[in-house]
Amino acid sequence: MMNFQSCVDIKKEWDIVGARQLGRERAKAIGFGTVDQARIATAISELARNIYLYAGSGVICFETIDEIDRKGICIIAEDNGPGIHDISKVMEDGFSTSGGLGAGLPGVKRLMDQFDIVSDQEQGTKIRTVKWVPQRRF
Amino acid sequence: MENYRYYLKRYIDTQDESALYQAEQLSKLYIQNKISPEEIINKHIQALKDLFPHLPKEIDLSMNFLLETMISYGLAYQEHQSMRKQQLSLRSEMELAANMQQTLLLTETPNIKGLDIGAVSVPAKQLNGDYYHFSTDKNGRFGVAIADVIGKGMPAALAMSMIKYSVDSFSDHHPKPSSLLEKLNRVVENNVEPGMFITMLYGLYNPITEKFMYATAGHEPGFFYDATKNEFTEIEGRGLVLGVSDDTTYQEYELALQDGDIIFLLTDGVTECRIGDRFIERQEVLEVIKHYMHLPAQTLVEKVYKHFERLQEFQLRDDFTLIMIRKQV
Ligand SMILES: Nc1ncnc2c1ncn2[C@@H]1O[C@H](COP(=O)(O)OP(=O)(O)OP(=O)(O)O)[C@@H](O)[C@H]1O
Ligand SMILES: [Mg+2]
Repeated sequence: MMNFQSCVDIKKEWDIVGARQLGRERAKAIGFGTVDQARIATAISELARNIYLYAGSGVICFETIDEIDRKGICIIAEDNGPGIHDISKVMEDGFSTSGGLGAGLPGVKRLMDQFDIVSDQEQGTKIRTVKWVPQRRF
Repeated sequence: MENYRYYLKRYIDTQDESALYQAEQLSKLYIQNKISPEEIINKHIQALKDLFPHLPKEIDLSMNFLLETMISYGLAYQEHQSMRKQQLSLRSEMELAANMQQTLLLTETPNIKGLDIGAVSVPAKQLNGDYYHFSTDKNGRFGVAIADVIGKGMPAALAMSMIKYSVDSFSDHHPKPSSLLEKLNRVVENNVEPGMFITMLYGLYNPITEKFMYATAGHEPGFFYDATKNEFTEIEGRGLVLGVSDDTTYQEYELALQDGDIIFLLTDGVTECRIGDRFIERQEVLEVIKHYMHLPAQTLVEKVYKHFERLQEFQLRDDFTLIMIRKQV
Protein backbone atom coordinates (compact mmCIF):
# COMPACT_ATOMS: atom_id res chain seq x y z
CA MET A 1 0.00 0.00 0.00
CA MET A 2 1.38 3.40 -1.02
CA ASN A 3 0.71 6.38 1.07
CA PHE A 4 0.34 10.04 0.16
CA GLN A 5 2.98 11.66 -1.95
CA SER A 6 4.70 14.93 -1.23
CA CYS A 7 7.01 16.67 -3.64
CA VAL A 8 9.64 19.38 -3.74
CA ASP A 9 10.48 21.27 -6.92
CA ILE A 10 14.19 21.50 -7.63
CA LYS A 11 15.03 24.67 -9.50
CA LYS A 12 17.80 26.31 -7.57
CA GLU A 13 20.56 24.95 -5.41
CA TRP A 14 18.74 26.03 -2.28
CA ASP A 15 15.87 23.65 -3.08
CA ILE A 16 18.21 20.75 -2.33
CA VAL A 17 18.06 21.72 1.33
CA GLY A 18 14.27 21.84 1.22
CA ALA A 19 14.16 18.34 -0.25
CA ARG A 20 16.52 17.01 2.41
CA GLN A 21 14.45 18.58 5.14
CA LEU A 22 11.17 17.15 3.90
CA GLY A 23 12.73 13.75 3.29
CA ARG A 24 14.22 13.64 6.76
CA GLU A 25 10.93 14.53 8.38
CA ARG A 26 9.12 11.84 6.43
CA ALA A 27 11.83 9.30 7.30
CA LYS A 28 11.61 10.16 10.97
CA ALA A 29 7.82 9.88 10.97
CA ILE A 30 8.05 6.46 9.32
CA GLY A 31 10.35 5.28 12.10
CA PHE A 32 13.91 5.45 10.75
CA GLY A 33 16.71 5.95 13.27
CA THR A 34 19.20 8.81 13.20
CA VAL A 35 21.78 7.01 11.06
CA ASP A 36 19.25 6.03 8.42
CA GLN A 37 17.78 9.52 8.43
CA ALA A 38 21.21 10.89 7.66
CA ARG A 39 21.68 8.32 4.89
CA ILE A 40 18.35 9.12 3.35
CA ALA A 41 19.13 12.84 3.47
CA THR A 42 22.45 12.21 1.72
CA ALA A 43 20.75 10.15 -0.99
CA ILE A 44 18.27 12.97 -1.54
CA SER A 45 21.11 15.48 -1.82
CA GLU A 46 22.81 13.44 -4.52
CA LEU A 47 19.63 13.02 -6.54
CA ALA A 48 18.59 16.65 -6.15
CA ARG A 49 22.03 17.95 -7.02
CA ASN A 50 22.09 15.87 -10.18
CA ILE A 51 18.73 17.36 -11.20
CA TYR A 52 19.99 20.84 -10.48
CA LEU A 53 23.32 20.32 -12.26
CA TYR A 54 22.41 18.22 -15.27
CA ALA A 55 18.69 18.69 -15.94
CA GLY A 56 18.26 22.27 -14.72
CA SER A 57 15.01 21.52 -12.98
CA GLY A 58 12.84 18.65 -11.82
CA VAL A 59 11.06 17.30 -8.82
CA ILE A 60 11.77 15.03 -5.85
CA CYS A 61 8.82 13.16 -4.38
CA PHE A 62 8.44 11.02 -1.28
CA GLU A 63 6.04 8.22 -0.60
CA THR A 64 5.53 6.24 2.54
CA ILE A 65 5.30 2.54 1.91
CA ASP A 66 3.24 0.76 4.50
CA GLU A 67 2.97 -2.97 3.95
CA ILE A 68 1.73 -5.61 6.37
CA ASP A 69 5.18 -6.72 7.40
CA ARG A 70 7.36 -3.73 6.56
CA LYS A 71 7.53 0.00 6.22
CA GLY A 72 9.72 2.14 4.09
CA ILE A 73 10.30 5.34 2.20
CA CYS A 74 10.30 5.69 -1.55
CA ILE A 75 12.13 8.62 -3.16
CA ILE A 76 11.34 9.49 -6.74
CA ALA A 77 13.56 11.95 -8.61
CA GLU A 78 12.17 13.04 -11.94
CA ASP A 79 13.27 15.52 -14.58
CA ASN A 80 12.91 16.30 -18.28
CA GLY A 81 16.59 16.90 -18.80
CA PRO A 82 18.95 15.38 -21.37
CA GLY A 83 18.82 11.88 -19.85
CA ILE A 84 21.71 9.65 -18.84
CA HIS A 85 23.27 8.12 -21.91
CA ASP A 86 25.14 5.12 -20.53
CA ILE A 87 23.56 4.10 -17.24
CA SER A 88 25.81 1.07 -16.68
CA LYS A 89 28.87 3.26 -16.96
CA VAL A 90 27.48 5.82 -14.53
CA MET A 91 26.79 3.07 -12.01
CA GLU A 92 30.43 1.93 -12.03
CA ASP A 93 32.43 2.83 -8.97
CA GLY A 94 34.90 5.60 -9.57
CA PHE A 95 33.09 7.02 -12.60
CA SER A 96 31.46 10.07 -11.02
CA THR A 97 33.17 13.40 -11.65
CA SER A 98 33.94 13.76 -7.98
CA GLY A 99 35.81 10.42 -8.31
CA GLY A 100 36.78 8.74 -5.07
CA LEU A 101 34.25 10.52 -2.89
CA GLY A 102 32.09 7.44 -3.15
CA ALA A 103 29.03 9.58 -3.66
CA GLY A 104 27.07 10.01 -6.87
CA LEU A 105 24.54 7.46 -8.08
CA PRO A 106 26.47 4.36 -6.94
CA GLY A 107 26.51 6.00 -3.50
CA VAL A 108 22.75 6.45 -3.59
CA LYS A 109 22.39 2.79 -4.44
CA ARG A 110 24.52 1.85 -1.44
CA LEU A 111 22.66 4.14 0.92
CA MET A 112 19.27 2.74 -0.08
CA ASP A 113 17.86 -0.77 -0.42
CA GLN A 114 16.29 -0.65 -3.87
CA PHE A 115 17.31 1.46 -6.80
CA ASP A 116 16.04 1.82 -10.35
CA ILE A 117 16.71 4.27 -13.20
CA VAL A 118 14.71 4.86 -16.35
CA SER A 119 16.27 7.43 -18.62
CA ASP A 120 16.22 8.52 -22.23
CA GLN A 121 16.94 11.59 -24.27
CA GLU A 122 13.28 12.47 -24.97
CA GLN A 123 11.80 11.92 -21.55
CA GLY A 124 14.58 12.75 -19.19
CA THR A 125 15.43 10.75 -16.11
CA LYS A 126 13.34 9.02 -13.47
CA ILE A 127 15.06 7.44 -10.50
CA ARG A 128 13.08 5.48 -7.95
CA THR A 129 14.75 4.31 -4.78
CA VAL A 130 13.44 2.68 -1.62
CA LYS A 131 14.74 2.17 1.88
CA TRP A 132 13.10 -0.13 4.41
CA VAL A 133 12.91 0.45 8.11
CA PRO A 134 15.14 -2.23 9.65
CA GLN A 135 13.00 -4.94 11.21
CA ARG A 136 13.25 -4.94 14.95
CA ARG A 137 13.90 -8.29 16.49
CA PHE A 138 12.23 -8.62 19.84
CA MET B 1 27.52 -2.38 21.58
CA GLU B 2 27.85 -3.61 25.17
CA ASN B 3 31.60 -3.73 24.71
CA TYR B 4 31.78 -0.23 23.36
CA ARG B 5 29.82 1.17 26.27
CA TYR B 6 31.81 -0.86 28.75
CA TYR B 7 35.22 0.30 27.56
CA LEU B 8 34.02 3.86 27.09
CA LYS B 9 32.90 3.93 30.71
CA ARG B 10 36.14 2.38 31.87
CA TYR B 11 38.12 4.94 30.01
CA ILE B 12 36.07 7.83 31.36
CA ASP B 13 36.41 6.48 34.90
CA THR B 14 40.07 5.54 34.87
CA GLN B 15 41.71 6.97 31.73
CA ASP B 16 43.33 3.61 31.60
CA GLU B 17 45.54 2.84 28.57
CA SER B 18 44.18 -0.69 28.42
CA ALA B 19 40.72 0.67 27.68
CA LEU B 20 42.20 2.57 24.76
CA TYR B 21 43.91 -0.60 23.61
CA GLN B 22 40.49 -2.27 23.64
CA ALA B 23 39.16 0.61 21.55
CA GLU B 24 41.82 -0.17 18.97
CA GLN B 25 40.79 -3.82 18.94
CA LEU B 26 37.15 -2.82 18.56
CA SER B 27 37.98 -0.56 15.65
CA LYS B 28 39.61 -3.48 13.83
CA LEU B 29 36.62 -5.65 14.55
CA TYR B 30 34.30 -3.00 13.14
CA ILE B 31 36.31 -2.79 9.95
CA GLN B 32 36.20 -6.56 9.63
CA ASN B 33 32.46 -6.54 10.08
CA LYS B 34 32.08 -3.67 7.62
CA ILE B 35 30.62 -1.33 10.20
CA SER B 36 30.61 2.16 8.72
CA PRO B 37 31.89 5.27 10.54
CA GLU B 38 28.40 6.72 10.96
CA GLU B 39 27.32 3.55 12.72
CA ILE B 40 30.24 3.83 15.12
CA ILE B 41 29.30 7.42 15.89
CA ASN B 42 25.78 6.19 16.50
CA LYS B 43 27.07 3.54 18.91
CA HIS B 44 28.89 6.32 20.69
CA ILE B 45 25.75 8.46 20.94
CA GLN B 46 23.73 5.55 22.31
CA ALA B 47 26.42 4.64 24.82
CA LEU B 48 26.70 8.23 25.99
CA LYS B 49 22.96 8.48 26.45
CA ASP B 50 22.91 5.24 28.42
CA LEU B 51 25.77 6.30 30.65
CA PHE B 52 24.79 9.92 31.12
CA PRO B 53 21.05 10.31 30.77
CA HIS B 54 21.25 14.02 31.51
CA LEU B 55 23.70 14.95 28.83
CA PRO B 56 23.53 18.62 27.82
CA LYS B 57 21.41 19.09 24.71
CA GLU B 58 24.32 20.80 22.92
CA ILE B 59 26.45 17.65 23.14
CA ASP B 60 23.59 15.56 21.90
CA LEU B 61 23.04 17.83 18.91
CA SER B 62 26.72 18.11 18.14
CA MET B 63 26.84 14.33 17.95
CA ASN B 64 24.13 14.35 15.30
CA PHE B 65 26.16 16.87 13.39
CA LEU B 66 29.22 14.65 13.57
CA LEU B 67 27.21 11.65 12.42
CA GLU B 68 26.02 13.56 9.37
CA THR B 69 29.57 14.49 8.40
CA MET B 70 30.60 10.83 8.57
CA ILE B 71 28.10 9.58 5.98
CA SER B 72 30.32 10.43 3.00
CA TYR B 73 33.33 8.84 4.65
CA GLY B 74 31.32 5.67 4.95
CA LEU B 75 30.46 5.78 1.27
CA ALA B 76 33.98 6.57 0.18
CA TYR B 77 35.20 3.65 2.25
CA GLN B 78 32.73 1.25 0.68
CA GLU B 79 33.64 2.48 -2.79
CA HIS B 80 37.28 1.98 -1.97
CA GLN B 81 36.62 -1.61 -0.89
CA SER B 82 34.76 -2.45 -4.05
CA MET B 83 37.44 -0.89 -6.24
CA ARG B 84 40.07 -2.88 -4.44
CA LYS B 85 38.26 -6.05 -5.31
CA GLN B 86 38.10 -4.95 -8.93
CA GLN B 87 41.80 -4.17 -8.92
CA LEU B 88 42.65 -7.64 -7.68
CA SER B 89 40.62 -9.27 -10.40
CA LEU B 90 42.21 -6.99 -13.01
CA ARG B 91 45.63 -7.92 -11.80
CA SER B 92 45.01 -11.63 -12.12
CA GLU B 93 43.56 -11.04 -15.57
CA MET B 94 46.76 -9.21 -16.49
CA GLU B 95 48.81 -12.10 -15.22
CA LEU B 96 46.86 -14.51 -17.39
CA ALA B 97 47.37 -12.24 -20.38
CA ALA B 98 51.09 -12.00 -19.68
CA ASN B 99 51.41 -15.78 -19.44
CA MET B 100 49.51 -16.24 -22.63
CA GLN B 101 51.68 -13.67 -24.36
CA GLN B 102 54.80 -15.46 -23.25
CA THR B 103 53.56 -18.72 -24.68
CA LEU B 104 52.52 -16.97 -27.85
CA LEU B 105 55.79 -15.19 -28.41
CA LEU B 106 57.99 -18.05 -27.37
CA THR B 107 60.79 -18.64 -29.85
CA GLU B 108 63.57 -21.15 -29.64
CA THR B 109 67.11 -20.22 -30.49
CA PRO B 110 67.95 -22.52 -33.40
CA ASN B 111 71.23 -24.32 -33.95
CA ILE B 112 72.70 -22.89 -37.10
CA LYS B 113 75.99 -24.20 -38.39
CA GLY B 114 78.60 -21.48 -38.13
CA LEU B 115 76.52 -19.20 -35.88
CA ASP B 116 76.50 -18.58 -32.14
CA ILE B 117 73.19 -16.95 -31.21
CA GLY B 118 71.93 -15.40 -27.99
CA ALA B 119 68.83 -13.41 -27.05
CA VAL B 120 67.14 -11.78 -24.04
CA SER B 121 63.83 -9.96 -24.02
CA VAL B 122 62.44 -8.67 -20.74
CA PRO B 123 59.26 -6.60 -20.36
CA ALA B 124 59.33 -3.52 -18.13
CA LYS B 125 55.79 -4.18 -16.97
CA GLN B 126 53.90 -7.44 -17.18
CA LEU B 127 53.29 -7.32 -20.90
CA ASN B 128 56.06 -7.04 -23.46
CA GLY B 129 55.89 -4.45 -26.24
CA ASP B 130 59.10 -5.84 -27.75
CA TYR B 131 59.16 -8.88 -29.91
CA TYR B 132 61.79 -11.06 -31.48
CA HIS B 133 61.50 -14.22 -33.44
CA PHE B 134 63.88 -16.75 -34.98
CA SER B 135 63.08 -19.05 -37.86
CA THR B 136 64.80 -21.42 -40.25
CA ASP B 137 63.79 -22.69 -43.67
CA LYS B 138 64.51 -25.89 -45.53
CA ASN B 139 67.44 -24.31 -47.34
CA GLY B 140 69.04 -23.77 -43.99
CA ARG B 141 68.55 -20.03 -44.02
CA PHE B 142 68.13 -18.34 -40.67
CA GLY B 143 65.57 -15.56 -40.19
CA VAL B 144 65.52 -13.07 -37.36
CA ALA B 145 62.84 -10.48 -36.57
CA ILE B 146 63.06 -7.81 -33.91
CA ALA B 147 60.31 -5.27 -33.34
CA ASP B 148 59.23 -2.61 -30.89
CA VAL B 149 55.72 -1.23 -30.57
CA ILE B 150 55.76 2.44 -29.72
CA GLY B 151 53.48 2.32 -26.73
CA LYS B 152 53.22 -0.01 -23.80
CA GLY B 153 50.97 -2.39 -22.00
CA MET B 154 47.89 -4.08 -23.32
CA PRO B 155 47.55 -2.29 -26.71
CA ALA B 156 51.22 -2.88 -27.50
CA ALA B 157 50.89 -6.54 -26.54
CA LEU B 158 47.85 -7.01 -28.74
CA ALA B 159 49.65 -5.39 -31.69
CA MET B 160 52.60 -7.66 -31.01
CA SER B 161 50.49 -10.79 -31.41
CA MET B 162 49.35 -9.54 -34.78
CA ILE B 163 52.96 -8.98 -35.87
CA LYS B 164 53.90 -12.43 -34.71
CA TYR B 165 51.23 -14.17 -36.76
CA SER B 166 51.92 -12.10 -39.84
CA VAL B 167 55.65 -12.77 -39.69
CA ASP B 168 54.95 -16.47 -39.15
CA SER B 169 52.79 -16.71 -42.21
CA PHE B 170 54.96 -14.53 -44.46
CA SER B 171 58.32 -15.94 -43.49
CA ASP B 172 57.14 -19.42 -44.43
CA HIS B 173 57.63 -18.35 -48.01
CA HIS B 174 60.83 -16.60 -47.06
CA PRO B 175 60.64 -13.60 -49.30
CA LYS B 176 63.37 -11.03 -49.19
CA PRO B 177 63.47 -9.04 -45.93
CA SER B 178 62.38 -5.88 -47.76
CA SER B 179 59.30 -7.50 -49.25
CA LEU B 180 58.40 -9.06 -45.91
CA LEU B 181 58.45 -5.60 -44.31
CA GLU B 182 56.36 -4.21 -47.17
CA LYS B 183 53.71 -6.88 -46.65
CA LEU B 184 53.80 -6.43 -42.90
CA ASN B 185 53.52 -2.67 -43.25
CA ARG B 186 50.22 -3.09 -45.11
CA VAL B 187 48.89 -5.38 -42.38
CA VAL B 188 49.83 -2.88 -39.70
CA GLU B 189 48.49 0.07 -41.67
CA ASN B 190 45.14 -1.69 -42.14
CA ASN B 191 44.72 -3.05 -38.65
CA VAL B 192 46.26 -0.71 -36.17
CA GLU B 193 44.79 2.61 -35.21
CA PRO B 194 46.67 5.70 -36.36
CA GLY B 195 49.07 6.88 -33.74
CA MET B 196 50.40 3.42 -33.00
CA PHE B 197 53.68 2.67 -34.70
CA ILE B 198 55.91 -0.33 -34.89
CA THR B 199 59.60 -0.34 -35.67
CA MET B 200 61.13 -3.52 -36.95
CA LEU B 201 64.20 -5.06 -38.46
CA TYR B 202 64.05 -8.29 -40.39
CA GLY B 203 67.17 -10.17 -41.39
CA LEU B 204 67.95 -13.37 -43.24
CA TYR B 205 71.27 -15.17 -43.03
CA ASN B 206 72.34 -17.57 -45.73
CA PRO B 207 75.04 -19.96 -44.43
CA ILE B 208 76.12 -20.80 -47.97
CA THR B 209 76.85 -17.23 -49.11
CA GLU B 210 77.62 -16.20 -45.50
CA LYS B 211 75.65 -13.04 -46.09
CA PHE B 212 73.16 -11.35 -43.80
CA MET B 213 70.42 -9.58 -45.79
CA TYR B 214 68.19 -7.20 -43.90
CA ALA B 215 65.73 -4.35 -44.11
CA THR B 216 64.63 -1.97 -41.41
CA ALA B 217 61.47 -0.04 -40.65
CA GLY B 218 62.77 2.80 -38.52
CA HIS B 219 64.21 0.39 -36.00
CA GLU B 220 66.88 1.37 -33.49
CA PRO B 221 70.19 0.66 -35.29
CA GLY B 222 72.17 -2.25 -33.93
CA PHE B 223 75.93 -2.72 -33.85
CA PHE B 224 78.21 -4.61 -36.18
CA TYR B 225 81.52 -5.89 -34.89
CA ASP B 226 84.16 -6.33 -37.55
CA ALA B 227 86.59 -8.93 -36.16
CA THR B 228 89.41 -8.28 -38.61
CA LYS B 229 89.45 -4.56 -37.86
CA ASN B 230 88.43 -5.11 -34.21
CA GLU B 231 85.94 -2.28 -34.68
CA PHE B 232 82.29 -1.57 -33.95
CA THR B 233 80.08 0.27 -36.39
CA GLU B 234 76.41 1.11 -36.41
CA ILE B 235 74.32 -1.18 -38.58
CA GLU B 236 73.15 1.17 -41.30
CA GLY B 237 69.69 1.20 -42.76
CA ARG B 238 66.79 3.51 -43.45
CA GLY B 239 63.09 2.89 -43.70
CA LEU B 240 59.80 4.31 -42.49
CA VAL B 241 58.25 2.80 -39.36
CA LEU B 242 55.42 0.30 -39.98
CA GLY B 243 51.90 1.62 -40.13
CA VAL B 244 52.43 5.12 -41.49
CA SER B 245 51.60 4.78 -45.15
CA ASP B 246 50.52 1.65 -46.96
CA ASP B 247 52.72 2.01 -50.04
CA THR B 248 56.03 2.32 -48.24
CA THR B 249 58.92 0.49 -49.87
CA TYR B 250 61.97 -0.78 -48.04
CA GLN B 251 65.56 -0.95 -49.12
CA GLU B 252 67.55 -4.14 -48.86
CA TYR B 253 70.93 -4.10 -47.11
CA GLU B 254 73.63 -6.72 -46.87
CA LEU B 255 76.47 -7.61 -44.54
CA ALA B 256 79.11 -10.18 -45.43
CA LEU B 257 80.10 -12.05 -42.28
CA GLN B 258 83.66 -13.21 -41.59
CA ASP B 259 84.61 -15.46 -38.73
CA GLY B 260 84.35 -13.63 -35.44
CA ASP B 261 82.07 -10.90 -36.80
CA ILE B 262 79.07 -10.14 -34.65
CA ILE B 263 75.66 -8.58 -35.25
CA PHE B 264 73.92 -6.98 -32.28
CA LEU B 265 70.24 -6.19 -32.66
CA LEU B 266 68.42 -4.33 -29.94
CA THR B 267 65.46 -2.16 -28.98
CA ASP B 268 65.56 1.33 -27.52
CA GLY B 269 64.98 -0.16 -24.08
CA VAL B 270 68.70 -1.00 -24.24
CA THR B 271 70.09 2.22 -25.65
CA GLU B 272 67.67 4.55 -23.90
CA CYS B 273 67.98 2.91 -20.57
CA ARG B 274 67.70 5.62 -17.99
CA ILE B 275 69.76 5.90 -14.87
CA GLY B 276 68.30 8.41 -12.49
CA ASP B 277 67.60 11.46 -14.65
CA ARG B 278 70.15 10.58 -17.28
CA PHE B 279 69.83 8.52 -20.44
CA ILE B 280 72.85 6.39 -21.10
CA GLU B 281 74.83 6.87 -24.28
CA ARG B 282 74.95 4.23 -26.98
CA GLN B 283 78.69 4.30 -26.38
CA GLU B 284 78.13 3.02 -22.84
CA VAL B 285 76.22 0.02 -24.17
CA LEU B 286 79.21 -0.77 -26.36
CA GLU B 287 81.59 -0.52 -23.43
CA VAL B 288 79.55 -3.06 -21.50
CA ILE B 289 79.35 -5.37 -24.51
CA LYS B 290 83.10 -5.16 -25.06
CA HIS B 291 83.66 -6.11 -21.48
CA TYR B 292 81.91 -9.45 -22.02
CA MET B 293 83.09 -10.12 -25.60
CA HIS B 294 84.94 -13.31 -24.72
CA LEU B 295 81.75 -15.05 -23.55
CA PRO B 296 79.38 -17.27 -25.51
CA ALA B 297 76.48 -15.36 -27.10
CA GLN B 298 73.70 -16.34 -24.70
CA THR B 299 75.85 -15.68 -21.64
CA LEU B 300 76.96 -12.34 -23.05
CA VAL B 301 73.47 -10.96 -23.67
CA GLU B 302 72.34 -12.10 -20.24
CA LYS B 303 75.33 -10.42 -18.59
CA VAL B 304 74.62 -7.19 -20.46
CA TYR B 305 71.00 -7.35 -19.37
CA LYS B 306 71.96 -7.99 -15.74
CA HIS B 307 74.34 -5.06 -15.88
CA PHE B 308 71.65 -2.59 -16.97
CA GLU B 309 69.01 -4.12 -14.76
CA ARG B 310 71.22 -3.39 -11.79
CA LEU B 311 72.11 0.11 -13.01
CA GLN B 312 68.40 0.88 -13.18
CA GLU B 313 67.93 -0.40 -9.66
CA PHE B 314 66.00 -3.44 -10.86
CA GLN B 315 63.16 -1.39 -12.26
CA LEU B 316 63.21 -1.37 -16.05
CA ARG B 317 61.78 1.80 -17.58
CA ASP B 318 61.24 0.17 -20.95
CA ASP B 319 61.08 -3.30 -22.46
CA PHE B 320 64.61 -4.58 -23.06
CA THR B 321 65.56 -6.82 -25.98
CA LEU B 322 69.07 -7.70 -27.09
CA ILE B 323 70.04 -10.26 -29.73
CA MET B 324 73.53 -11.30 -30.70
CA ILE B 325 74.58 -13.31 -33.73
CA ARG B 326 78.25 -14.28 -33.94
CA LYS B 327 79.81 -15.86 -36.98
CA GLN B 328 82.16 -18.64 -35.94
CA VAL B 329 84.03 -21.44 -37.57
N1 LIG C 1 19.32 13.75 -13.74
C1 LIG C 1 20.30 13.62 -14.63
N2 LIG C 1 20.14 14.04 -15.90
C2 LIG C 1 21.14 13.92 -16.81
N3 LIG C 1 22.34 13.35 -16.54
C3 LIG C 1 22.57 12.92 -15.28
C4 LIG C 1 21.57 13.02 -14.27
N4 LIG C 1 22.08 12.47 -13.15
C5 LIG C 1 23.32 12.07 -13.44
N5 LIG C 1 23.62 12.33 -14.73
C6 LIG C 1 24.86 12.00 -15.42
O1 LIG C 1 25.45 10.90 -14.75
C7 LIG C 1 26.77 11.21 -14.33
C8 LIG C 1 27.06 10.54 -13.01
O2 LIG C 1 26.29 11.09 -11.97
P1 LIG C 1 26.76 10.91 -10.48
O3 LIG C 1 25.82 11.67 -9.60
O4 LIG C 1 26.94 9.46 -10.23
O5 LIG C 1 28.21 11.55 -10.45
P2 LIG C 1 28.58 13.09 -10.67
O6 LIG C 1 27.38 13.95 -10.54
O7 LIG C 1 29.35 13.16 -11.95
O8 LIG C 1 29.60 13.37 -9.48
P3 LIG C 1 29.21 13.50 -7.94
O9 LIG C 1 27.76 13.28 -7.81
O10 LIG C 1 30.03 12.45 -7.25
O11 LIG C 1 29.63 14.88 -7.59
C9 LIG C 1 26.82 12.72 -14.27
O12 LIG C 1 28.13 13.20 -14.50
C10 LIG C 1 25.87 13.13 -15.39
O13 LIG C 1 26.55 13.13 -16.62
MG1 LIG D 1 26.08 13.74 -8.84
